[in-house]
Amino acid sequence: MRNPIADKAREIRPSGIRKFFDIVSEMDNVVSLGVGEPDFDTPWAVRDEGIYTLERGKTFYTSNAGLKELREEISLYLKRRFGLEYDAAKETFVTVGGSEGIDLAFRAMLNPGDEVLIPQPCFVSYLPCVQLADGVPVVIDLKEENEFRLTKQELLDAITDKTKILVLPFPNNPTGAIMDRKDLEEIAQVIIEKDLYVLSDEIYAELTFTKDVHVSIASLPGMKERTILINGFSKSHAMTGWRLGYCCGPEEIIRQMIKIHQFAIMCAPTNSQYAAIAALRECDQEVEKMKEAYNQRRRYLMHAFREMGLPCFEPFGAFYVFPCIKEFGMTSEEFATRLLEEERVAVVPGDAFGDCGEGYLRISYAYSMEDLKAALGRLGNFVRKLRSQQV
Amino acid sequence: MREQILTFLEKNSKIDLGELAIMLGSSEEVIANEVQKMEQEHIICGYHTLIDWDKTSVDKTTALIEVRVTPQRGQGFDNIAERIYNYPEVQSVYLISGAYDLLVILEGKTLKEVSGFVSNKLSTLDTVISTATHFILKKYKDDGIILAKKTKDERMLVTP
Repeated sequence: MRNPIADKAREIRPSGIRKFFDIVSEMDNVVSLGVGEPDFDTPWAVRDEGIYTLERGKTFYTSNAGLKELREEISLYLKRRFGLEYDAAKETFVTVGGSEGIDLAFRAMLNPGDEVLIPQPCFVSYLPCVQLADGVPVVIDLKEENEFRLTKQELLDAITDKTKILVLPFPNNPTGAIMDRKDLEEIAQVIIEKDLYVLSDEIYAELTFTKDVHVSIASLPGMKERTILINGFSKSHAMTGWRLGYCCGPEEIIRQMIKIHQFAIMCAPTNSQYAAIAALRECDQEVEKMKEAYNQRRRYLMHAFREMGLPCFEPFGAFYVFPCIKEFGMTSEEFATRLLEEERVAVVPGDAFGDCGEGYLRISYAYSMEDLKAALGRLGNFVRKLRSQQV
Repeated sequence: MREQILTFLEKNSKIDLGELAIMLGSSEEVIANEVQKMEQEHIICGYHTLIDWDKTSVDKTTALIEVRVTPQRGQGFDNIAERIYNYPEVQSVYLISGAYDLLVILEGKTLKEVSGFVSNKLSTLDTVISTATHFILKKYKDDGIILAKKTKDERMLVTP
């Protein structure tokens, strides 16, 4: 029989998280800190709207770009929260989660051989999506000494004459790193000078724990025309399972992305789109409440690591911390596997998010305080045990 | 700071103040100090435990009683409210806008005990014009807390 599998598919490396998931699923009594989604239920106003639209039988396709009403709300929201100006009709469309937007952007923008700069550690999708779009992923290893921010020099060093897009995933999964206005201004200067585009994945924008709110690189002078903005409802509104995101950018790019979206997906789920309108109209307060809860847990976790003597830079975004475990002389995977087997705590090895994540763990604080306390107690035991064995 | 402390204590008065201090990015002394001050100022009036008595063998009946009264010259409703709230079986007394004046929440062991209180003590007060008693059949949510069983975490254990 002929080989049914495309080389391109075969060459894609399976996600390191998947492998770990399989081990975890076999075990009982596991306390997990490995989840990349909010622990909160979707706000009731949103669920209520979802139920209501189902009752009313609003179950047909929407326009490819998504409900006009929703796009207008998105545009208002981005203006209200981040000072961004996007035309709801021409520069905004609704996607199936942020992930679809990432995939579409690469497919709409890359010619074979075009290079895409991917700062790692980062979310697992960028690299394979670039490969599937015939682009060439070029990894930039971010450093803990820079608090896992992308520096101007690191960017300059990675640029070649084939570079077309920089992926900017901040606030960052898995490190929790953020880029403030000053950091972004330095990056923007290079982007403009070298005539590049930015895919700015701002799905965690609402979860920024500094005094200043999140800054989008698209809001900087000269950057809106060079930025494809990815965002969605999964993290900010605890709506992961609704699969709803959106994408904003220059009209011509958005038009090409919608064309692919139209043929591949048709439109985002109608029910979720109606629910998302309620999310943007009625839930600012709920979003704020969830953010405050995350921030409190973040402080608690940082304190616990200090007590354990586990080095960890203080992250100010998303809902992850990224402690360093290099002192134990194990790989991240060994550490995570032993932690799971000996203490029944699931965390994700840092190298699942890129080679430079080796020596770190991603710990999620999208858990109740009770769960966090239980897990940190076990992690503390494990660390003490390892240290006593080292002596 | 006070508002944040109160938000926590309202939901969980058992919270460890050291832990609360960490979560709010403050110190235990500061928090304990504020709590003490708020107790003195009677902003914090007490610490309750929310109990689902239905799950115990203790019999309890709760009733909401709408009370219409004649306000007294110079006293308004305060005097009559005091006459009512001093009874230990009265849980709460609220002055209400609308069709009646006072909402009285009453707790007794049995239906009979509650109705006895209403007919013998409450209705016989001079200023009380009328009462309407509503017995609570089931509590779904009390003080912002849903009393039904906790649901388990439905999320997958590890996700990107």
